[in-house]
Amino acid sequence: MEQLLEQLFNGLQLGFVYALIALGYTMVYGIIRLINFAHGDVFMIGAFVGVLGYSSWGLPWPVAILLAMAVCAVLGVVIEFLAYRPLRHKGAPSIAALITAIGVSFFIEYFTSLDFVFGPDHRVVKLPFDIKRYSVGGAVVTNVQLLIFGVVIVLVLFLQYLVRYTKMGKAMRAVSQDMDAARLMGINVDRVVSFTFFIGSALAAAAGVLFAFAYPQIKPFMGIMPGLKAFTAAVLGGIGSIPGALLGALIMGQAEVLTAAYLTTDFKDAVAFAILILVLLVKPAGLLGRSGPEKV
Amino acid sequence: MEKQSQKQNVITAVLVAVAVTALYAILEVLRRTGLITPYWAQVMDLSLIMTISALGLSLIYGFAGQFSLGHAGFYGLGAYTAAFITKSMGDTLFSFPLALLAGAAVAGLVAYLIGLPILRLRSDYLGIATLGFGVIVKVMLDNSDKISPMMGGSRGMSNIAQFSSFAWIFWLTVLAILLARNLVLSAPGRACIAVREDEVAADIMGINTTHFKLMIFVLGCSLAGLAGGLYAHRYTFLHPSSFDFLKSFDVLLIVVLGGLGSLTGTVVTAVGWTFLLEWLRVVLPQAFLDWRGVIYAVVLIILMIVRPQGLFGGKEISLFGTRPSARREGSGHASA
Repeated sequence: MEQLLEQLFNGLQLGFVYALIALGYTMVYGIIRLINFAHGDVFMIGAFVGVLGYSSWGLPWPVAILLAMAVCAVLGVVIEFLAYRPLRHKGAPSIAALITAIGVSFFIEYFTSLDFVFGPDHRVVKLPFDIKRYSVGGAVVTNVQLLIFGVVIVLVLFLQYLVRYTKMGKAMRAVSQDMDAARLMGINVDRVVSFTFFIGSALAAAAGVLFAFAYPQIKPFMGIMPGLKAFTAAVLGGIGSIPGALLGALIMGQAEVLTAAYLTTDFKDAVAFAILILVLLVKPAGLLGRSGPEKV
Repeated sequence: MEKQSQKQNVITAVLVAVAVTALYAILEVLRRTGLITPYWAQVMDLSLIMTISALGLSLIYGFAGQFSLGHAGFYGLGAYTAAFITKSMGDTLFSFPLALLAGAAVAGLVAYLIGLPILRLRSDYLGIATLGFGVIVKVMLDNSDKISPMMGGSRGMSNIAQFSSFAWIFWLTVLAILLARNLVLSAPGRACIAVREDEVAADIMGINTTHFKLMIFVLGCSLAGLAGGLYAHRYTFLHPSSFDFLKSFDVLLIVVLGGLGSLTGTVVTAVGWTFLLEWLRVVLPQAFLDWRGVIYAVVLIILMIVRPQGLFGGKEISLFGTRPSARREGSGHASA
């Protein structure tokens, strides 16, 4: 029983990190219908900046996290401006944007693998604080896990507030419903898109640092799998929906950890995707996604 | 009129056959005499194998509009099946052709079984479902030693006989191109194009959309399986990491860069892209070899921004000038 509880905590930890990444995917997809494959690499940059921030540059670790978020937020805006905006203004087919996203992803991975940037090898992360263990109902919870739960909950509440109660949030929702109509209503669509990348990338950076705390190893290609799984989580929950991304991420995290703990570690990557395929077959728009009537 | 065009068709066919045979003869001579080094000969073989696989995706995505990100999975299924057969049958006269057929058949069968449910999904959702399928195949290959120790699991499958000669690879590529071309120009091919352009309208016009989507998906995946079988018997070593989802992206890049709905574009880009990557390896000074991935990415981004419709933009080149293919300007998946 205690062991199950402990595994559930582990699954929650993984799921919460996926959730932060998935939010960026789901917001960008909701607004410009683009699977931003470079998002996983922004997550990686966030991990590096955060870890280097407190280990090499001597910043206190909370400041390092904020720095990582700021750097990645700017990076996200720059990526959108240089790579996706020209295509959008040209009215290019969406597959061109998708391929460009893959190109940006490769660029970040290979560029950061160069020796004068981060180098191709993985680094072991030294935590900025000692790991403490607490007992909850017989199960062990670490302070890293509590930190992850706390940070993610705060960020998600902040995002919910932003999207629901601010003017920018309202603009974002309008653009995601109908970009042309939003433009006609006087909304500066490009600015809304930039802002979406800004927020989404900052969340990914926070996820990156937390991920490095929980699984203390970083390398330039570390973003691929978490990115893919987080995107899958967003699709699972219904892409474009923020609660959906959270739900999907929690399911993915639990599925992965529980499979590894109780069935087999060999197939843990396969189970999450098998769940996705099954869910899509029953609910093609995801668990909480709205599937509108087919347009003719 | 009718007769004349028929006569012209025969002449064209003969001319093409002569040209292709001549090309084969020249390449074979160059390889025998060593003017094409074994290294470049291997690159050439790889580029042709890539062409076969890319033609499969070109049919599925470029012509029928079904977004698949799991192509490398089918390629891997074909490779492992074919290698398993030649390894267990030994070196008999029929084992290699049989292995190639089986590789294509298994990939096609799996495509049928998985396509039946998931081809109902649209655009990005189909993409992510097929991507998930690709990851599942990769995980299965990682654990294939549990099915048969011969397949090696995550250690890879080694000591496969090198049966894929240049003749096999070249002529099967020609066959694949011919098959794809004839399919695209046939009535079922037009039905698939109609599905790509507007599935609902195609349905209303009486096209059995499920049937044609499934047909072209099975066919395209079989081509991937065939290419996998050739690959296995050219490189004699298989590893699951050669078939992960990033390899599916490689094929997708080729099809999109070539221009959706253009077979010529697919063929030219598959060969050109493979050679470009190898050429970079040769021309870059040792200190800059690590920049290969960066250059690759930058070329990709710039090409997409400059020519979002792909290099050939849906046009075909035949012996007698270019002809536009049935492709509406500016259409691409998932715009709605």
